[in-house]
This record gives sequence, structure tokens and C-alpha cells, in this order.
Amino acid sequence: MDYFHSVRLDKEKCKGCVNCIKKCPVEAIRVRHGKAEIMEERCIDCGECIRACPNHAKYAERDSVQDLALFSYTVALVAPSLYGQFRDNVSPARILAAVKALGFDDVCEVALGAEIVSQAVRDYFRANHHLRPLISSACPAVVRLIQVRFPALVDHIIPLESPMQVTASLMRQKAVQETGLAPERIGIFFLSPCPAKVTAVKNPVGGVPSEVDRVLAVADVFGRLLENLRQEEPCLTRADRLGIGWGASGGEVAAAGIENALIVDGIHNVISVLEEIELGRLGDIDFIEAQACPGGCVGGILNVNNRFVAGVRLRHLVRDLPAREPLSERLAAFGVPMPKVPEIEVKPRPIVHLDRDLRRAMQKLQQVQALMERLPGLDCGSCGAPTCRALAEDIAVGKALETDCIFKLREKIMALAQETYNLAQLVPPAMDQNRTSKGGEGDAT
Amino acid sequence: MAEVAAMSHDLSYDLTIPVTGHDFLRAGEAASRIKKVLQALNLPPQVIRRASISAYEAEMNIIIHAYRGQLALKVTPEALTLVAEDEGPGIQNIDLAMQEGYSTAPDEIREMGFGAGMGLPNMKKSADRLTITSTVGQGTRVEIVIQLS
Repeated sequence: MDYFHSVRLDKEKCKGCVNCIKKCPVEAIRVRHGKAEIMEERCIDCGECIRACPNHAKYAERDSVQDLALFSYTVALVAPSLYGQFRDNVSPARILAAVKALGFDDVCEVALGAEIVSQAVRDYFRANHHLRPLISSACPAVVRLIQVRFPALVDHIIPLESPMQVTASLMRQKAVQETGLAPERIGIFFLSPCPAKVTAVKNPVGGVPSEVDRVLAVADVFGRLLENLRQEEPCLTRADRLGIGWGASGGEVAAAGIENALIVDGIHNVISVLEEIELGRLGDIDFIEAQACPGGCVGGILNVNNRFVAGVRLRHLVRDLPAREPLSERLAAFGVPMPKVPEIEVKPRPIVHLDRDLRRAMQKLQQVQALMERLPGLDCGSCGAPTCRALAEDIAVGKALETDCIFKLREKIMALAQETYNLAQLVPPAMDQNRTSKGGEGDAT
Repeated sequence: MAEVAAMSHDLSYDLTIPVTGHDFLRAGEAASRIKKVLQALNLPPQVIRRASISAYEAEMNIIIHAYRGQLALKVTPEALTLVAEDEGPGIQNIDLAMQEGYSTAPDEIREMGFGAGMGLPNMKKSADRLTITSTVGQGTRVEIVIQLS
């Protein structure tokens, strides 16, 4: 199977240290031949390794602004978290004008799509009583995490397209109407806060090709955005503050108006909550808003501002922006009907740990258990696997050797040294002056 | 065929985890451990989920009600068996204990969010077979079986 991954390794910069393997939430990285190797079938593109790498050897694949030239008409989509990257006195209308000045024909806030999705989430929530808690599908890294590590929870995900997708199809429709161009000549560019969104575009979870054509990193264009900050273009602001609130943790719950919700951010925190659900707890919670990045999308690794600062800015904006006319009226003024949010198909994609065949898996698990008793249990990572248990599993499936453990290797070398020493003590009788011959008349000194 | 059956009978994975009464700090650890083993065995996600829920409820029952006990997991190619055995007060009335919402957990434990009277009913829902034996004043043994083939 082919997987597209936005999280990549720059081999030149990788020193083969253990920082990334220890942080990966799905244990998808091993150090081999002095370099970190990502196991493609496991990686969820959360970007934790990019955050963890002190050598900046991990990076997120994305497109270039130069691709604007490939299309006749271009539209930029900005994530709600973009507003958190500027100071309090920089208005959304100025930021959007600065984005447009990068060379786009139009700009739209994904916050508008977030408002549409918020309503769809509320409707889905009301129509589906049988299963609790329901889990938001807003964060693509969390959706992939559930697919590979919590496959039994796939049914809990609210299977709705993301605000980015909804905004993209809205804007393509509008651009076709206004320009008369063929849809493929219109380029929809998303300014992304994270690598998971890049993957969501290049390899969508539901398999339906994305409406987004290119994904740019906020960090790549930020310098030019600052230079472009001049006039406001108020006509570009179309979203209400509730949609903008999606840019930080808790925003979706506030916009969807779900009372009994649990909000969790940071991928390792998300895992601890999903573990609880898998043990049958949390059935008394209605909705889980889970985001892989600390603080929500403002904590995305392709953003530039400190996530706490960005979070405060976004909250101020949501607090201070005046409320707008209802969504349906704004969409009507915009010239598009209220779109129906498409459902997506989220399939389980469980990691194969030891073997597909139960009998062989049982034998390998026994081997893992035996290895665990021999390995030191320090989880040092020097073998290239994140934990002793991961090494034991790698050994059981034939991907590693027991002597990859430096402590086991040391034991072997010690045993070998002892053996060498013992052998060195054995001298052939012809040379052995201490050896007593028949009668015991040795030349003892 | 008999030989295969015998062989498959021999092939089993066993794991026993001790559980201490009132050790709320480690609540869920045994169930998590069992879940990881079942994941390593690559069992179907829904089987893992049902077994994990049962293991968690069984573990919590020991922690809430008993002095000490253990969870014993046995996986064969045919079935997954989980036996929770404890030394504790035992169950006075098993039929009553099987009813949803019935609980003998003291108030302080209910205040912690446990002891909602869903433990045994949840286990019954998750299992293909559930057997309880209990002697008042001595302890309880709960066995659940989930068929694999």
C-alpha cells in the first residue's frame, strides 16, 4: 500500500539521536544506519517528531507559492489560527488583504466553513443518540491516530468533511460562477498550520480527492505577509467569531454549542483520553474535541507565533469582534447556497504488531515475553527502538537482533573476553614450563 | 484433525496480573496491560474492545470491593478467557448484582465516579459467556469467554 506522508527526514541533518523515536505517539520511528526511518504504515503525520528534533532534520513537505502561476484564478484559504500570529491591533481585514497581496485573486476564511461544519456537527450529534461519546473529526492527525492505534473507536468519529474541504468547494463553485473558467483552472491554496493538513489534502482519509489544490505553510509566507500588512479589505471578512474560535482548543465545542463536552489537546493527552474510551469509560460524556497540537491549531508546527501568545490573541479576537448576521444570510449575500457537509468514510487501519495469523502471533508474543525478561528495561533508545518492548517486538518479527541492545552486546563481549582469557590460559604442553610431566618433576619456579 | 486440535490446544497465551483492593492509583493498569497484549496478538479491534471493557470492569470490581485478587487471561486460537478471582466479601445476591444500576459500593467510592452498578452488566454485554461464582465472606470468581473462531 502507498501512503503519502508530509512528515519527511532530511538525511543530511539527522544525527541518529533518540529524540524523535521517544516522542512518536505511534512508535513509528526507528534509527537505522545512523538515521531515523519512518515506518510509513504507522505514521499519522502529527508532526511530534518535527517538534522534538533538535537538528531540524524532520520537516513537513508542502507546496510553493510559485505554483500560483499554474492556475488562471487563485484563491487562498486561511486557517482560523492565522489570526493568532499577529498582534492584537492587526485586524482580520488587514491580514486577509495581506494574504491576497501574495498574488491571489480571492481569499476566504476557513472559519466560514467551520461555521457550516459546526451546524452539521450539531445536527449529526442530535440525530445520533445511540453512541457516546462522539469524537470530532476536525483534527486529521487525531483521525489517523484513531485509525491506526484505536481502530475500535472509528465508529465514534463524527464522519464529516473538514471546514477546509467545505470552504474549498464553496470557493471553487463561486470562482467558476464568477469567472466562467473550467474548475481545474482554479487553484485553491490552503495556508496550513500543520503537516497533518498537508496529508489531509494529498491523501484524504475518505479517499475522495481534496478540493484543495496546493498547501502552503504559514511560516513560509509569514515574512511577506508582514511586509504586505497595509490597508484593510473589510469585504474579505466573511466569517463570524464562532468560526474563528476553531483556531484554538475549545473553539469547536463553543461553535457547535455542545454542553457536555470534553476538550483535550496535545497528542499524548489525546491518547490518554482515547485509552479511557476504549476501556468503556466516558460513556457519560457526549462529545470529545481532540486536537493533536497543544493549544489546538494555534500550536501547529507550521505556525510562527508562540502557541500561548497566539491562543490569547485568538481569544481576544473572538471576544471583541462584533456578532454578524446569521450564516445563511451571509452565504446568500455571498451568492452561494448553504452547502450540505459531505460525510466521509473513516476505516480502521490497525497496526499489525506481530503477525496477522493468531497462532504465529502467539508464538512471537511468547518470544517477546522471554526477551523482555532478558532486556534491561531502561528504554534508553540506543538500539534505535523507542522502548525495550518495541525492540523485543522488532526482534520477534525479524527486524532487529538481541545484540542491537548495547547492554546485551556488552554482556556478550564480556563473556567473549572471559572466554578469550580462559583460552589464553591454555598453553600447549610443549611450551608449558609449569606443567608437570609424568613423574611430576616440573620446573617449578 | 485430532492432532491439529491437540496442537492448537497446546498453543495458548497466558498472563496473570495481581490486583490490590482499594489501589485506585493503579486502577486500569491491568486492563491496559491486557489490551496491549491483545493488540500485539492482532485480534480484531472489536474483540479487543470487548475484552478490554470486561478486563477494566473486572479490575475495578476487585479494587472497589475486594482485598486482593488477580486477572488471568488465556488466549487460544479458539477463545479468549478472562478469569477475575478475588478474596473479598463475596456477592450476597448474584441476580441482583447483575442488574444495571445495582451497586453495593460505599458512598465515598461512588463520589469518585466508580461503583455505578454497571460493572457486571457491562461485562455480560461484552462477553459471549459469563459465569459468576461467589462465596459470601470468602470471595468471587468471574469468568468471561469471548469466542475467536
